[in-house]
Amino acid sequence: MNQEIAVLMKDITKVFPGVIALQNVTFSVKQGEVKGLVGENGAGKSTLIKILTGAYTADSGEIYVFGQKIDNMNPILAEQLGISAVYQNLVLAEHLTVAENIMLGTFPTKWGLVDKPAMNKKAEEILSQIGYRGIIKPEERVGNLSTSQQGMVAIARALSRNAKIIIFDEPTAVLTDREVNELFRVIRWLRDSGRSVIYISHRLEEIFELCDTVTVLKDGAVAGEKTVSETNQDQLVAMMVGREVRHGIFDDTRKIGEEILRVENLSNKKLKNCSFALRSGEIVGIYGLVGSGRTELAKALFGVDPVESGEIFLNGKEVSLPNPRESIDSGINLIPEDRRREGIALKLSVKDNINLPVYPRITKAGFVNRDKEKEIAQTFVNILSIKTPSLTHRVENLSGGNQQKVVVAKGLASQSRIFIMDEPTNGIDVGAKEEIYQLINNIAREGSGVIFISSYMPELMAICDRILVMRDGRIVADVERKDFDEESILALAIKHETMVGGETGGK
Amino acid sequence: MESRIKFSLNTQVVVLIVAIAMWIFLGIISPYFFTTGNVQSVMRQMTIQGILGIAEVVVIITAGIDLSVGGVVAFVNIVMSKMVSTGSNIASTVLLVMALSALIGLANGVMVYNLRIPPFIATLGMMSVLRGATLLISNGSNIFGLPRSIADFSSTNTLGIPNLFWFLILAVVIVEIILRYTSFGRYVYALGSNIEAARLSGVNIRNVTYGVYILASTLCGLAGVLETSRLWMGVPTTGTGYELDAIAAAVLGGASLMGAEGTPLGAFIGALVMTTIYNGSVLLNINPFWTRIIVGVILVVTVAIDQLRKGRR
Repeated sequence: MNQEIAVLMKDITKVFPGVIALQNVTFSVKQGEVKGLVGENGAGKSTLIKILTGAYTADSGEIYVFGQKIDNMNPILAEQLGISAVYQNLVLAEHLTVAENIMLGTFPTKWGLVDKPAMNKKAEEILSQIGYRGIIKPEERVGNLSTSQQGMVAIARALSRNAKIIIFDEPTAVLTDREVNELFRVIRWLRDSGRSVIYISHRLEEIFELCDTVTVLKDGAVAGEKTVSETNQDQLVAMMVGREVRHGIFDDTRKIGEEILRVENLSNKKLKNCSFALRSGEIVGIYGLVGSGRTELAKALFGVDPVESGEIFLNGKEVSLPNPRESIDSGINLIPEDRRREGIALKLSVKDNINLPVYPRITKAGFVNRDKEKEIAQTFVNILSIKTPSLTHRVENLSGGNQQKVVVAKGLASQSRIFIMDEPTNGIDVGAKEEIYQLINNIAREGSGVIFISSYMPELMAICDRILVMRDGRIVADVERKDFDEESILALAIKHETMVGGETGGK
Repeated sequence: MESRIKFSLNTQVVVLIVAIAMWIFLGIISPYFFTTGNVQSVMRQMTIQGILGIAEVVVIITAGIDLSVGGVVAFVNIVMSKMVSTGSNIASTVLLVMALSALIGLANGVMVYNLRIPPFIATLGMMSVLRGATLLISNGSNIFGLPRSIADFSSTNTLGIPNLFWFLILAVVIVEIILRYTSFGRYVYALGSNIEAARLSGVNIRNVTYGVYILASTLCGLAGVLETSRLWMGVPTTGTGYELDAIAAAVLGGASLMGAEGTPLGAFIGALVMTTIYNGSVLLNINPFWTRIIVGVILVVTVAIDQLRKGRR
């Protein structure tokens, strides 16, 4: 087979405020090959793909498509060049039919009207190429199809646009094993028909089943490139890890005291028999990939998501936490993953945000004690050194780091003893991150327990006493600080079990 | 420095300046404008609209909308007229219709919170139901035979200010106090800014939603009682289009349909501007058909200026 280079991205560098997302990354895909792209969260996979599809512009570097240098890549040009991405959350119009989705923007027309028979016929032809003639009907509404069938429609849409390079970003996260096999069959057909496929996945065994070659990214740089037949999972994991862990953040002067929280066999739709304990003064990390259940565990503990079975004990007493109010009153606080969507009310003042969880305490006969309100806000603005011109300043005008501190202030103001922090350092700059780490240490030093959820392992390794590893809604390991090892923790989180109750440990 | 002060002006202040400019203009052009009689007439005219504007602003702050305000006014007007004209005690009737209004608000709240119907649709349905009920009760015709005392109430003044207007002042003060000084008021704004963050901060979203719609509908009930006094009869078609004037007053007063912005005082100022335009065009003998065009243009221009100002920030 002709092995012409379909895409060559050369020395790509992309800098976001405060972070270097990609540094001199060179990545190429040959015609008729399936190329795996792996790396931990934040390694730069999505950024690289977004540059290829023209959603982002690289700060420096060159892109060649079939040997032709492309200077100003943009989404329209990318499509014209035959680059098409089938995203994790598909972007199909659910209310339109299969044929309309496939042909959207290129409708065959007759006298200015859409020629429906021609459109359906064309769609049918494309569907039959990937073996779906008669299985997916062109007249069917896309909203009525299963997720995997919708994925096929997305592939058909790419084919109708003459796609030569097709990108799959975590396509199997929501599919069953059978659907995965079906998808792989279609991807192999794409390859055999001379197209190029870029396949991004966390599931390494899929890389070995499907891909010809694989590129590993780490911290925005290429950690290596391998021919799949000449490597193994352990080698890839070893290439993904090895990121620098900041020393000197860990605080060994903390006094770890009594158990303040114990969770036994907590289960719901997303969680399976999660059990763990937290002691006062302790910082426990939770590591897991996206979809491993870490955020769901936080939400179940905080009374946001329902608990179907299992027990929660606070200071040895069993409690039920049916809603956030109950949890806050019991001394639990959640710092949510999505700060802007769940953590703060952007249009309200710093003062109102900090006091939001504590109004019941400072309200008499419905009226807020305004002196107390100001005092509380001022106290925590001082303690956390939140940079704001005044207490009545709107939170939307603060920097990301200061917004995050406002969220932390809410927890402190409600006198919590258990802090669940879900990705607290997400989207804030390096200096602010450092401050958040110190804050976590301070909170623990005061005798509270902290559950620190993160997908960035170096920060967990830097600050935590223990790390719980989650995968598929389970806590699969509880790693003590002395046993911290990026490679083994990553392996625990990443290896997809095909048999339940299979392997349990290390590499 | 000069320009920085200008840019810190909010919508309310801009609209107030517009109102004052109009007064000066009308005062110069029409010697009748600043007479006691005319000022009192403006006060009477703006009362109903002002109270409805306040009702609307409370809902709009939560990023909702209430299209049933005019329907409540008509419903209360007909129920009250029917009862009083057939001999019911006025005071107990007023209490009853206010309670009914609160129930209507609760129904709106249940539709919005429990049934998750978008506020626009829920209150649109409520508006239609109330309009139909009003026509059924009245058989589609006006109801006469209300005692003279009811009409007298709206035409008399206390301390030189029309009785009706006192209720508007009362509504502004009470709702301002609720929104500014109570925890419920804080929650109303929090809901409008970020309902998810409010929920995770332990705010009882259900109770706040109920409270907001009940407060709004009760204010509409008050407006309906005052309307009955002003009309001195039951008119089943009264209050038609009031919801749009109420929304206009709230928005002119700085409320944002995106939520978390707006004040009762702002709605008051908005209603004042609109009433001044209506009053002024009568005094200047402008074809009344033009007044609606003027109101529409002022509404759109005010919000456009506000958006541009925010965009520049």
